[in-house]
Amino acid sequence: MKPTDTQASPVLKVVPVRRYGQWLTTAVLLGLGALAVRSILTNPRFQWDVAFGYFLNAEVLDGLLTTIWLTLVAMAVGIVMGVLMAIGRRSDNPVVSGAAALYIGFFRGTPLLVQLIFWFNLAALYPVLSIGIPFGPTFASGSANVLITPMVAAILGLGLNEGAYMSEIVRAGLQSVDPGQTQAAQALGMRKGQVFRRIVLPQAMRVIIPPTGNETIAMLKTTSLVSVIAIPEILFQVQAIYSRTYEVIPLLITVSLWYLILTTVLTIGQMYLERHFRRGDLRTPQRSFLAVFLARRTEQEQP
Amino acid sequence: MTMVEAVGVHKSYGGNLVVKGIDLTVRKGEVMCLLGPSGSGKSTFLRCINHLEKIDAGTIRVAGELVGYREHRGRLHELKDAEIAERRAGIGMVFQQFNLFPHMTVLQNLTEAPVLVRREKPAAARERAHELLARVGLSDKAGAYPRSLSGGQQQRVAIARALNMRPGLMLFDEPTSALDPELVGEVLDVMRDLAADGMTMIVVTHEIAFAREVADTVTFMDDGVVVESGPPAEVLGNPQHPRTQAFLAKVL
Repeated sequence: MKPTDTQASPVLKVVPVRRYGQWLTTAVLLGLGALAVRSILTNPRFQWDVAFGYFLNAEVLDGLLTTIWLTLVAMAVGIVMGVLMAIGRRSDNPVVSGAAALYIGFFRGTPLLVQLIFWFNLAALYPVLSIGIPFGPTFASGSANVLITPMVAAILGLGLNEGAYMSEIVRAGLQSVDPGQTQAAQALGMRKGQVFRRIVLPQAMRVIIPPTGNETIAMLKTTSLVSVIAIPEILFQVQAIYSRTYEVIPLLITVSLWYLILTTVLTIGQMYLERHFRRGDLRTPQRSFLAVFLARRTEQEQP
Repeated sequence: MTMVEAVGVHKSYGGNLVVKGIDLTVRKGEVMCLLGPSGSGKSTFLRCINHLEKIDAGTIRVAGELVGYREHRGRLHELKDAEIAERRAGIGMVFQQFNLFPHMTVLQNLTEAPVLVRREKPAAARERAHELLARVGLSDKAGAYPRSLSGGQQQRVAIARALNMRPGLMLFDEPTSALDPELVGEVLDVMRDLAADGMTMIVVTHEIAFAREVADTVTFMDDGVVVESGPPAEVLGNPQHPRTQAFLAKVL
């Protein structure tokens, strides 16, 4: 804002509007907050000592590693499938784009929990899985019960389901890139693959990264679903402990704290990534991480 | 020597015939300006030359070779993506909207294709890029991102980017139409310099003065066909066809 010339006109005091509604809301929220803090500190059933006691428990940490590993692998599968399906959807061949649409429709149209249990019970549908030429010789085959371990079922369930959501994100990103970019790159002699990798995808990333970060954070929490097919991720592990010790609440607090820590770390990582892919964008000049973080907070505070 | 030879080129969009049989020849070193009212098919024809648009009938040869097709037993077979890309690499193109790569610096815009497509050493591509940037008067902008440049500067970078592929032919698709009036001159200066250097150029433009001064041939197109073609003094100074006369009366 430009400084105005105050010398010429008499200086008048500015009286802000009195926001009684806001004062009331603030008072109510502070009151509720105080009640919550008091309850958390004084209610002995929280058993904070137990919750923190299990924080670095070997079984919990084992589960934590499985959760992180599963999140990464499922997201990797999801991103690869998502890019493939997004390219498929854009294909001129109606069979290819139709197949991609069918994939997306199926995996978005059924609950993930159902899909997970389905993969887990695949052996009931196809007892023997084999590799070979259709209607021809078979090269290798094995029992579905052996091949589809709970972990494989979990990765397939989480990853393929994620692929359907990622494909829509990737597609929106690809659509956001000006077709002139492709033409310019083609005119320079680049092949389709080169145009996609070097020109279109990096620009689509600006649009793809933020929702992908959200998907990753959601995936971290969604992995808790695979506890139903006996994958020893963090929720399964604490359930196993509290079924022995009956310390249900403190152990749920332990696991919640770990989820909060991981989602916070991912949020910070996402901020860095977004900054990287904003290169060349004048509207959002590069700032230090702290400045970005603080700016975000003030942007959120001021509607 | 003939650089571009178009014979009976037809192109339609969804049943709508836009280019209706164009024959023209451009010699090596010639500068041809394509004039005509908007919708006359001149930009579409230009984009057919490097196969950004597929033609429906006819042939276009650049340096004696068909760009998008191979002739075999009297038929045109469309080439594979990689083969088309290889032939496009020798034809530079400058767009109305510049189409610089916004996620790359000016220098990267210039070196990307030579390194990726021609497999040049990055150092060699960079060295030439700096020379070209000096030539278009933008030596100080090598590290800048395109969005921080003015339209005229962006278009000059786009010309330098095309030149860094060492093309034998340059296509300009209304290179100054998206520019503020005061920025048109700097781009035309670069093109003038390029023409004086002996580059073969086909320029779709509305800049009549530029066409008169720089072009060897002015080709006037209307409604998908070539109406009149010849030296600027004849076509612009003494147009024979009523449609050319009507167009020039409006723009001059």
